[in-house]
Amino acid sequence: MQITVTVNGVTYTHDVEPRLLLVHYLRDVLNLTGTHIGCDTSQCGACTVLMNGKAVKSCTIFAVQADGAEITTIEGLARDGQLHPVQEGFWEKHGLQCGYCTPGMIMTAVDFLQRNPNPTEEEIRHAIEGNLCRCTGYQNIVRAIQYAAEKMRSGS
Amino acid sequence: MAVTKLFGAAVKRREDPRLITGRGNFTDHVRLPGTLVMAIKRSPHAHARIVRIDTSKARAMRGVVAVYTGQDLADKLAPVPCAWLIPDSDLKVPPYRAVAVDKVRYVGDAVAVVVAENRYIAQDAVDAIDVEYEPLPAVVDQEKALEPGAPQLYDEVPNNLAFHWKLHAGDFDAAWNAAEVRLSRRLVNHRLIPTAMEPRGALAAFNPGTGELTIWCTSQNPHVHRLLLSAVTGLPETQIRVIATDVGGGFGSKIPMYAGEMIAAAISKELGRPIKWIETRQENYVATIHGRDHIQYVDIAAKRDGTITAVRVRAYANMGAYLSTAAPGVPTWLFGLMLQGAYAIPVVHCDVYGVLTNTTPTDAYRGAGRPEATYLLERMIDILARELGMDPTEIRRKNFIPKDKFPYTTPTGLQYDSGDYEATLDRALELVDYRTLRQQQAELRQRGRYIGIGFSTYVEVCGLAPSQAAGAMGFQGGLWESATVRVHPTGKVTVFTGSNPHGQGEETTFAQLVADELGVPFEDVEIVHGDTEMVPFGMGTYGSRSTAVGGAALVHACRKVKEKAQRIAAHLLEVSPEDLAFENGRFFVKGAPDRGMTFQEVALQAYLAWKLPRDIEPGLEATHFFDPVNNTFPFGCHICVVEVDPETGKVDFLEYVAVDDVGNVINPMIVDGQVHGGIAQGLAQAVYEFAAYDQNGQLLTASLMDYAIPKASMLPAFTVDRTVTPTPVNPMGVKGAGETGTIASTPAVVNAVIDALAPFGIEHIDMPLTPERIWRAVRERSA
Repeated sequence: MQITVTVNGVTYTHDVEPRLLLVHYLRDVLNLTGTHIGCDTSQCGACTVLMNGKAVKSCTIFAVQADGAEITTIEGLARDGQLHPVQEGFWEKHGLQCGYCTPGMIMTAVDFLQRNPNPTEEEIRHAIEGNLCRCTGYQNIVRAIQYAAEKMRSGS
Repeated sequence: MAVTKLFGAAVKRREDPRLITGRGNFTDHVRLPGTLVMAIKRSPHAHARIVRIDTSKARAMRGVVAVYTGQDLADKLAPVPCAWLIPDSDLKVPPYRAVAVDKVRYVGDAVAVVVAENRYIAQDAVDAIDVEYEPLPAVVDQEKALEPGAPQLYDEVPNNLAFHWKLHAGDFDAAWNAAEVRLSRRLVNHRLIPTAMEPRGALAAFNPGTGELTIWCTSQNPHVHRLLLSAVTGLPETQIRVIATDVGGGFGSKIPMYAGEMIAAAISKELGRPIKWIETRQENYVATIHGRDHIQYVDIAAKRDGTITAVRVRAYANMGAYLSTAAPGVPTWLFGLMLQGAYAIPVVHCDVYGVLTNTTPTDAYRGAGRPEATYLLERMIDILARELGMDPTEIRRKNFIPKDKFPYTTPTGLQYDSGDYEATLDRALELVDYRTLRQQQAELRQRGRYIGIGFSTYVEVCGLAPSQAAGAMGFQGGLWESATVRVHPTGKVTVFTGSNPHGQGEETTFAQLVADELGVPFEDVEIVHGDTEMVPFGMGTYGSRSTAVGGAALVHACRKVKEKAQRIAAHLLEVSPEDLAFENGRFFVKGAPDRGMTFQEVALQAYLAWKLPRDIEPGLEATHFFDPVNNTFPFGCHICVVEVDPETGKVDFLEYVAVDDVGNVINPMIVDGQVHGGIAQGLAQAVYEFAAYDQNGQLLTASLMDYAIPKASMLPAFTVDRTVTPTPVNPMGVKGAGETGTIASTPAVVNAVIDALAPFGIEHIDMPLTPERIWRAVRERSA
């Protein structure tokens, strides 16, 4: 099937198998390997991307379902060499160790902070429940998201 | 230029820019033209004879390039080697074939392999392979596997007993007979699944023109994998290059040699094309190693005043269906040697039975043996305290090895390097305001609310080394680490380290060390790891050894470089080397600081070589293999405070305080992160995680839906603090921080829950302390 998808601002048209998962389309067809695969049951969230502005697990969506959609992956988050505040927060607050869950975690946080710009710690922990991290114990991920929230609120 | 000392500074990680922008270099990201995708057909039976494998349908599928059975690969791959041959234990190492030939022995055992044009076709073809099995009775429990009449996994391993290992120090019977208090308990340290977020995988590319194999794979120890790959494929080491630059977590699970990587290498050699194999999470759960699974019978002898006089343990370790690479050493040496913990216990007797069962092989999982010892001891000391009516802190103080006794030789012959155990306990008590907490606990109990305070005053052995000890323990390798420090003509520095960090941040901490040693800017230091073609040799990252051993190797290499630079500078400044001082990256004449040269100027002269004397070689580079005289022994006190709802069995975490002593700290931000993550994994063992098999050997927790690794909402925030007692065994005085959290936290959490349940007369519940288990225990006691 032919699909047209805009990924990180670039529009692509490809013929794909109907069963091709969006995450494989991004990784194998577009070579955007920043979106990771950590499971096969949609639990880990490593593959989270933004589809039309909302966080989705790209292992749970067929590429054909993304036809006509706008996708943002981790590679498209920084603009003009400027890190997104969430990316910056992860760096500042040591919100990652091995870095494998990080792209998905960041994309989920970006979506969450759009909806809740001033979250409590509990709200943050709840919001990232669909993303698993095995390295950090989440404490510094929470701090990273708090850092980003504050930075985004102050508009700098 | 002025250089600030970086040792001790919370420098932001240089790994992060690539990882937060999606530019990491994980194995599955590497693309090579012409790559075929490999998938493995795995056994659905725990124990069965393979009657017939029909691959015809799979072979006929469009896009399928080849299909192999175990028989097809039998002469292309030697069995997976076992590299820890524990001596004096009657060890039997049964053949561990990458692909089973006649019999499968666990659910997940490989039976056939497909290579195809893409992953979808490969998976379809795997499904199209028809295997006829003759199912055999299976055994999953290690105690049952030893019983007469139990199913036998191997003809050559009678009673499924792979080894019986002993470590006896002192006269246990005398201590037992003389004891005023005797306790005997059975403890279960259940099976866990490491669950690194990046699944295992490999991209093997054999070049038929050169005869060279390049393999990108998920490895904690690329040189060890190169050696093992050489052994199983028959290719010389010189023709194998292993690359593992970014690795998405390991926790021990990426140490061993496995079937997948070996098969990819062999098939690439056979077909002359790149072969990529990336396991699914389900494969990761059934076919990547598991950890723990230790049943312990413990006897403790003590005096009425709480002094412990002897400990005896008979343990049954579930090794799974095959002996994985380092497996025999984990439940034996790494467990038995730590059975006295932080206490001056004079008599230690340990017998460990390693048992083969129809389950996934077990091996080193974060802590590896030490969590099993620490949990046993910290749990038993609490049981003893309650028996004697003592406060858990008092019984610990009573038995602590006093700080003036270091270095301390344990009854079984380890030498604890340095320690001040009471200081960590005191600090932790201060942080939780212990006296007030106990009052609150008493008041709340009056109102039918149950909070508990749990302790763990641990010591662990890490910085795994030295090589002589490794040899004595039957480990088939040395436990040194290497580093090459190459100074370029501009004075910029590349370090090649044999450590292979995969989340621990050594690209940052190692650069901090080098910047300090050579007085060069942090930005001028490049750290290279994870490529056997670039790094001279390396033993890898595990056992919290990268900084204590690998970091020390590079500090020594830096000092060799500096010594040579000093000789060059002295020659050029026409003074003798001892007349020079070195500060902030500059050599200068003592007493005449204006006469000097920067390190960068010296580096340039070393490469120009226009004015070097005949006895100094051009260039500025040094390699050091560091083999420390001893391990390191971090210690500390963790306190967990919980509230338990006896009606539902639910555990709420109110507070978690960790006071660790890991020696000197190079980057406190990174060490805190290691401690957080370590606590999370140990806490999860206490209350959440549990690898469950049914009686037929089916893994019931074979996905992230069923195996409960914690989510953010399931963990509390941790309060982390430190005391600092440097070790004398390396020049930086660092000990290691990768496993302390995991080792310490499990008993702290369990002790807290059991303390909360004391009013119900509950003395022990085996982990994990799920709401159901707690609820049942409360109900039994209340009935």
